[in-house]
Amino acid sequence: MRIVVDLNRCQGYGQCVFLAPEVFELQGDEALMYDTGPDETHHRHVLRAAAACPVQAIRLDRTGEA
Amino acid sequence: MSTGLGAESAFRTSGRVVIVGASLAGLTAAETLRQEGFAGRLTLVGDEPHEPYDRPPLSKQVLLGRVRADQTLLPRTRELGAEWRLGTPAVGVDVPTRRVRLAGGEEIPFDCLLIATGTRARPWPNATEAALDGVFVLRTSDDASRLQRELAAGPRRVLVAGAGFTGSEVASVCRQLELPVTVVERAATPLAGALGGVIGAVAARMHREHGVDLRCGVSVTALEGDASGHLRRAYLDDGTTLDVDVAVVAHGSLRNTEWLRDSGLAAGPNGVACDAGCRVFDIYGIVTDDVFAAGDVVRSPHPLFDYEFLVLEHWSHAVEQAQVAAHNMLSSESERRPYLHVPTFWSFQFGTGVKSVGVPPFGEDLVVVQGSTDQRRFVAVYGHRGRTVAAVTFDQGKWLDFYREQIERAAPFPPRYRNQDQPAPLRVVPAEFPDPGLPTERPRIMRTGHSPTEREWTVVPARR
Repeated sequence: MRIVVDLNRCQGYGQCVFLAPEVFELQGDEALMYDTGPDETHHRHVLRAAAACPVQAIRLDRTGEA
Repeated sequence: MSTGLGAESAFRTSGRVVIVGASLAGLTAAETLRQEGFAGRLTLVGDEPHEPYDRPPLSKQVLLGRVRADQTLLPRTRELGAEWRLGTPAVGVDVPTRRVRLAGGEEIPFDCLLIATGTRARPWPNATEAALDGVFVLRTSDDASRLQRELAAGPRRVLVAGAGFTGSEVASVCRQLELPVTVVERAATPLAGALGGVIGAVAARMHREHGVDLRCGVSVTALEGDASGHLRRAYLDDGTTLDVDVAVVAHGSLRNTEWLRDSGLAAGPNGVACDAGCRVFDIYGIVTDDVFAAGDVVRSPHPLFDYEFLVLEHWSHAVEQAQVAAHNMLSSESERRPYLHVPTFWSFQFGTGVKSVGVPPFGEDLVVVQGSTDQRRFVAVYGHRGRTVAAVTFDQGKWLDFYREQIERAAPFPPRYRNQDQPAPLRVVPAEFPDPGLPTERPRIMRTGHSPTEREWTVVPARR
């Protein structure tokens, strides 16, 4: 899975951090750090995080999956 | 295509598009072409061997060691059905016969060409010193991978030359890794070229509070290696020396336009000039029909900023301009769209989100309209001749959409609206952009005047 977060759009709501804490982390109020290529065990959480993002800033695809 | 409806539909079904540059802009254009129904032949040419990848994480997650440099590949929204020429730079284009020449001699014919070759890091000026082990630039995934390994090895001290956004982010990562770091910046503050000295002073406090040895108004004059060719010392123009194992040269970028030198297109050190619809000008200032450009390599006129040709090195610019270029490539005259995107960017440093909308260097004055710079949570608005042209936020990015609207409608400056957490009274101060004649870190928004055919390097004053 590949992830890109449009950080112009991100406003630091932090929903992704609650739903997929192993992939998304807020440093301070709005500096979002994320794993750009999380492994399969986290995919379900990432899909939930992407769906829950209030500003729909998370883009992903499932390219490269076996 | 400009030769009538029949040709246009033939182009859609069986035309040949070559995209030179396989990064964010090139990939986005390719996806947009397919999305809008282009069924012809599509070739992407890239000088790096990697599939298109995302660069912003390189100076953050990757340097920290959280994400591997080869793991920032961009998501794909659709099957492209493209031919890829990766690891093969384009070395020229023959516009009359519509062919792109690749290194190694291959020639690829096109009906439409998109130039998206972007930028590269400006190298350390002394080639011998630049070749020392321990001297780095940061632009590509390979750069990030090498630098990350070096930082993880625990150098005694890291030198960052240039406190623009990249330099500041590198310094921030060094402090997170608890590495001693010295930042040397020729201007009076970090981020001076991009945001001016007033906001730069806020950034300077942020550096120092996080333990960065920040030295402004100073330049690195020489780098010295030991007997085995590894960096060991840096010399500064204030007479001091620094013992360092790693130096990161963050002096901005150079546009990859050399391959267009003999093309007859309006390309030079300031970029490839195109019109508001992403069509490239030739050297006579006449717009071409079948050559388009998008992304960091472009200088294009912006309606909101007096139609001055702007160079924008932002993520969202690469995405949105590529979408407009691809759309216009497939469209008849009446369906073409102008590129009206208001520049936006973000940077994360020292745990703070720094975001901006508009063109700060277009403004002479600024006013803090929400929050306070002391608390490092604020919105500052920039004004030019009585109108709002930009806003910068520190940890207040949620307000940016509001300010983008103010910029789009040329709202008065100083602002007349009331807002949450507004200081009283509002104080308008000069934004303190450095004299553009002084060489410093190149801001990621560059003003390049009004001539479509400028081929020489010129310095455009920020104030008129």
